[in-house]
Amino acid sequence: MSENSNQQNNDMKRRELLKGLATVPVLGLFLVNLWQKIRRDTLKKSNILANLVQEKSAPAVVKGLSDSRHLNIGIIGYGGRGSHLIRGAGFATKGWTDTVSENARKNKLDKQFATFMSQEDLNCSLVGVCDLFDVNAELAMNASQNEVRPGVKPQATATRYRHYTELLANDNIDAVVVATPDHWHSRIAIDAAKAGKHVYCEKGLTRTFDEAIDLYDTVKKTGITFQLGHQNRQVEANEKAKQIIDQGLLGPINLVEIATNRNSPWGAWVWGIHPKGNKKTIDWDTFQEPSPNKVPFGEEALKRFFRWRCWFDYGTGLSGDLLSHDFDAINQMMEIGIPKYASSTGGIYFYKDGRDVPDVWNATFEYPDKDLTLLYSATLSSNNPRGNRIMGHDASMQMGGQSGGGSVHGFIVTADSESTQYKDRLNSGIINTRYPIYTYSPGSKQIDGVTSATSRYFANKGLLYTYREGKRVDPTHLHIKDWLDSIRDGSQPKCNIEVAFHEAVACHMATESYLQGRRIEWDPVNRKLI
Amino acid sequence: MRQLDSSIMANRCQLYGLVTLRVLIGWHFLYEGISKIINPYWSSAAYLLDSKWIFSGLAKTIVSNPNLLGISDFVNMWALTLVGASLLLGLFSRYSALVGMGFVILYFLFAPPFLGLEYSRPGEGSYIIVNKNLIEACALWVLYAFPTGHLIGLDRLLTKSESN
Repeated sequence: MSENSNQQNNDMKRRELLKGLATVPVLGLFLVNLWQKIRRDTLKKSNILANLVQEKSAPAVVKGLSDSRHLNIGIIGYGGRGSHLIRGAGFATKGWTDTVSENARKNKLDKQFATFMSQEDLNCSLVGVCDLFDVNAELAMNASQNEVRPGVKPQATATRYRHYTELLANDNIDAVVVATPDHWHSRIAIDAAKAGKHVYCEKGLTRTFDEAIDLYDTVKKTGITFQLGHQNRQVEANEKAKQIIDQGLLGPINLVEIATNRNSPWGAWVWGIHPKGNKKTIDWDTFQEPSPNKVPFGEEALKRFFRWRCWFDYGTGLSGDLLSHDFDAINQMMEIGIPKYASSTGGIYFYKDGRDVPDVWNATFEYPDKDLTLLYSATLSSNNPRGNRIMGHDASMQMGGQSGGGSVHGFIVTADSESTQYKDRLNSGIINTRYPIYTYSPGSKQIDGVTSATSRYFANKGLLYTYREGKRVDPTHLHIKDWLDSIRDGSQPKCNIEVAFHEAVACHMATESYLQGRRIEWDPVNRKLI
Repeated sequence: MRQLDSSIMANRCQLYGLVTLRVLIGWHFLYEGISKIINPYWSSAAYLLDSKWIFSGLAKTIVSNPNLLGISDFVNMWALTLVGASLLLGLFSRYSALVGMGFVILYFLFAPPFLGLEYSRPGEGSYIIVNKNLIEACALWVLYAFPTGHLIGLDRLLTKSESN
């Protein structure tokens, strides 16, 4: 009897144990699957671009030179872009700091103020201001005095000069930022260089091809530190993209597509005419001095003053404003240089407001020695976010998708179904053409070889900032800093006169093609357009 | 609870159905948690940034504060993992069903599929008011109301050793 009851007891215990542990094997099954999944993902990463992610990080924010020598800078042209550049140097108007700090208080996600205040103190003073519009000149003065800024209080405040030559005559000024309309760039920059000032010049480099040659020669001769205003040179995504392209991961690249897509009056340069703009507050005669066609002061002149990008008298329209950015970004990644041929067509199809620059414009650039065509397509009447595409035999890189600007904020690399390089991995299913093999989406912690639909979505979403060591930074600040650091240590800034010249010649070739209605060829020996 | 237990015991189909539900939800939670732990780039920021309705303000506060975001990430990844393991093994599964239900209800409330709320993240299904989060929350409610860990699961060994 007792043996029987023992037996029953043991059976009971065993049943209890079995029921208690019944789901443990499911955990085992889970762990086996988890292990396989991790192994597969690791294999995918190692097969694709894992090493690349750690290989080279973008340069750190602090180069450690800004505290070495105090620099006095001057601003010539304190409009929309000029004020942004001066903010990049650490000076904002009181109106601006008040507005953005209030915005930050209302909306905790608005980091504009925090980003400005966390900029590195570049150890410089804004001491000279020149603008042909009184309102802008006063704002610049205000910015030089505002104590709300990164770092210590301003060491000196600015003096206003009516004419840029007076500003250049000030021996205390080490360097000038030229952010005037394009038709003044070359003259001011050349005079500044001759006066021994270092120059930061906004893009497009010049209004005409001949001016670009003169400016290039002057900068080379004087040996000043020259930086062209393509802040995309500081964008981390572009540096990552370059690494990928340099390693041949896209295979042979024969076609690159870049695009501008805008669809608003602001995007088409129909900017507001300032209510205080009149004959007394604007030095109109000086403004139009270098332009081929002269207009008497009046309603037309006001339009031309505030919306200057709409006329070839002052700029080159889409070419110098927007193609220049995207061209420079591709030149940064692929080092394509000046094309052999350029041709372009377009027209004024939407904004029939008296402008003479096209609002739809397409340009092709041929590089026979590089087996490459660069295609630029721009519209000012559609926001369709085409983005930029570098199309290789083995994989394609899709960058950004936001309108305007060449600042590529994120990109994805997708293998080509007919790729030679990835053939085996495509066949074995390790690489799937439906999903990117590499995703770079700054700031969303998504640097990951294995990606989902969600991270693909974030890659395509444009962000205004770039990142250094995980910290959000305004690329314009980095670009100004790069220039000032280069002045101090005698090195070349990232968008120096050599690459600036590439941009200028390529853009002028395309502009000339539109104006002359024929294909333009670059003669590198005689430095001429033929 | 005794009465419920005996009715469940009497109907094997009900018991196995509930245990299966518990194990499947546990599996889902466990992998959601572990996949976040092993992905160094995962952050709750993306989900929170897209939050709509009553918790969108709280979501923005969390995202704009790195410390809060760090806590949110940590709590999410480890709570999901522990709740998952607990449901799968049937260990303290009644309480973990309640905790899990709380989390899934929060996920639902941070981004409910209500009329007029548009999300920028691509959805993985078509929903109006009811989505899979809400259904999973209700399923966890059922698991809380009809616990099975002490019948099939490690809780059974615990209760037995206590009674011994």
